[in-house]
Amino acid sequence: MVYNVSMLTDKRLIELEKTANQIREDIIEMLLAAKSGHSAGPLGMADVFTALYYEIAKITPETRDAPDRDRVVLSNAHICPVLYATLANRGYLPREELKTLRKLGTRLQGHSNSHFSPDLPIETSGGPLGQGISQAVGMALAARHNYESRITNDESGRVRGTRYVVPSVWHTWCLMGDGELDEGQCWEAFMLAGKLNLRELTVFIDRNNIQIDGFTENVMPLEPLADRFKSYNWSVIEVDGHNIREVVDAANRARSTAENPTVIICHTIPGKGVDFMENKFEWHGKAPNADEARVALAELRTLGGQITSEHE
Amino acid sequence: MLNSTLNSQLFDAEVERIPTRNGYGDGLVELGEKNPEIFVLTGDLAESTRAHLFQKKYPERFVECGVAEQNMMGVAAGLALSGKIPFVSSYAVFVPGRSWDQLRVSVCYTNANVKVAGAHAGISVGPDGATHQALEDLAITRVLPNLTVVVPCDYEETRKCTHAVAELAGPCYFRFAREKTPVITTKETPFEIGKAYVCIEGKDVTIAACGPLLHEALLAARELEKEGIEAEVLNCHTLKPFDEATLIKSVAKTKCCVSVEEHQITGGLAGAVAETLGRFNPVPLETIGMPDHFGESGEPDELLTKYGMRAKDIVAAAKKAMARK
Repeated sequence: MVYNVSMLTDKRLIELEKTANQIREDIIEMLLAAKSGHSAGPLGMADVFTALYYEIAKITPETRDAPDRDRVVLSNAHICPVLYATLANRGYLPREELKTLRKLGTRLQGHSNSHFSPDLPIETSGGPLGQGISQAVGMALAARHNYESRITNDESGRVRGTRYVVPSVWHTWCLMGDGELDEGQCWEAFMLAGKLNLRELTVFIDRNNIQIDGFTENVMPLEPLADRFKSYNWSVIEVDGHNIREVVDAANRARSTAENPTVIICHTIPGKGVDFMENKFEWHGKAPNADEARVALAELRTLGGQITSEHE
Repeated sequence: MLNSTLNSQLFDAEVERIPTRNGYGDGLVELGEKNPEIFVLTGDLAESTRAHLFQKKYPERFVECGVAEQNMMGVAAGLALSGKIPFVSSYAVFVPGRSWDQLRVSVCYTNANVKVAGAHAGISVGPDGATHQALEDLAITRVLPNLTVVVPCDYEETRKCTHAVAELAGPCYFRFAREKTPVITTKETPFEIGKAYVCIEGKDVTIAACGPLLHEALLAARELEKEGIEAEVLNCHTLKPFDEATLIKSVAKTKCCVSVEEHQITGGLAGAVAETLGRFNPVPLETIGMPDHFGESGEPDELLTKYGMRAKDIVAAAKKAMARK
């Protein structure tokens, strides 16, 4: 099966862009209530999360436990405010609950977690960087094994030859940060996925160029990033991470890629939508105070034409 | 009195000796046949962990991860969270040693059903020297919530343990040794995770041992018997959850205790025993193990002798514990 590209209508695209902006507002409000947490990464990834949870991943609130659901793994789990805000908008949890972020007894832990939230589509727990990608490799391998078991068990036996044109039982989508790539474990995982031609796996990298101590190329240079992945036997797609249509199209291509794992390098602006946060690494691990939140929300609500939708 | 289910030849000089890791390899092959969800992962150590036996029979469920243990632990977690039962096979210095953060977060925090097999544990690894002699693995695994920690004593018990951990829901760490060690147990010897058992009954001193050194503990008990001292020897194969009841029942009778392990004295079996005695019945305790020291190259027997882990050392420790009653 070949997935069609650009299946998004303009009408749908406008809806999604508005949703992404609502997610940004929710992020500011929940960080204000929590008084701690990460601002820049979540705002920068709102469009990718919208694309992923509304258009790409085959999961819905009604099929949380379906055995063949797609797996989504948040490897850079510190950006979980964008995950929680997306899930709230998508109908997995009440919006009011977002205010419980990081508070005692909450499902919305400071780093996303499967233990406190078994009823949310959170497959595993993250925090220490580099760990999610390895688990995503394991999930993709399990999908391959399940699929091969099925075709092996098929009495006709002839379907085996068509393995690479039939989708696996589920696709695994892993979200990572660019600063995260400093961790050696990531490259161990990329090596293994490349060796196994793990086409059942797609990684989104938030290429926002910042990490806690500064700009990534100053802290620990990553470039030439795309070439590094290619040398590990990965397919590489680079997109504007704020262009939902590009993200969705890239994901559809990745899912239908026959040979190997795909990385979608999402070029994003950290703090996107809030002028005083944009491209400021100081906002990597900080929450806005009341005054800052007021300004941020005003910007998000009044920039309508630029942020809510570029297509309306 | 010797537990009748144990190997009746265990005191013979010519007692059968098989490496405990072979029990792991054979157990894996049996499991692979029984359960199609069993996976085995290794980091370039297929043969020395005996995982290659599984690899030969079930290549489609074997994952060669290369020399990359941190990733291997995470891949295992991902497999387990997708319904598989992965066995991570490497040296104990690497799993859990090099991959402890991954064991903590990806495996234990998520309560993933991962089985971690640490081979070449203890000082009896020998000539490779201190870097490859895992003497800290039990301490760093005992502290992890959700994790079960087991130290089987011989080939047969390691085989049973491999089956038992597969049945267990949740993460488990178990370790075994490189060298050929005496076969102490038989197919009839009961093995239940979390349940210590009495190998020799006695009333004067409790010797709580785990792993292949259990054999030295049994030899020590026989020596003590010649001097009219009746030692009770316990096989404390499960360090977590620790069988407090069996230990407390024994020391209620003997009023003193010796712990025996191929591990740092801090944090391993001695730690579990001391914590238990401290809480319920603080009787005198002497400890056989590594005294806050790294190992070195040498033959296994030479090292066990140098660092005081032989039967004669256990005899001396037992007398010391009794003198402190």
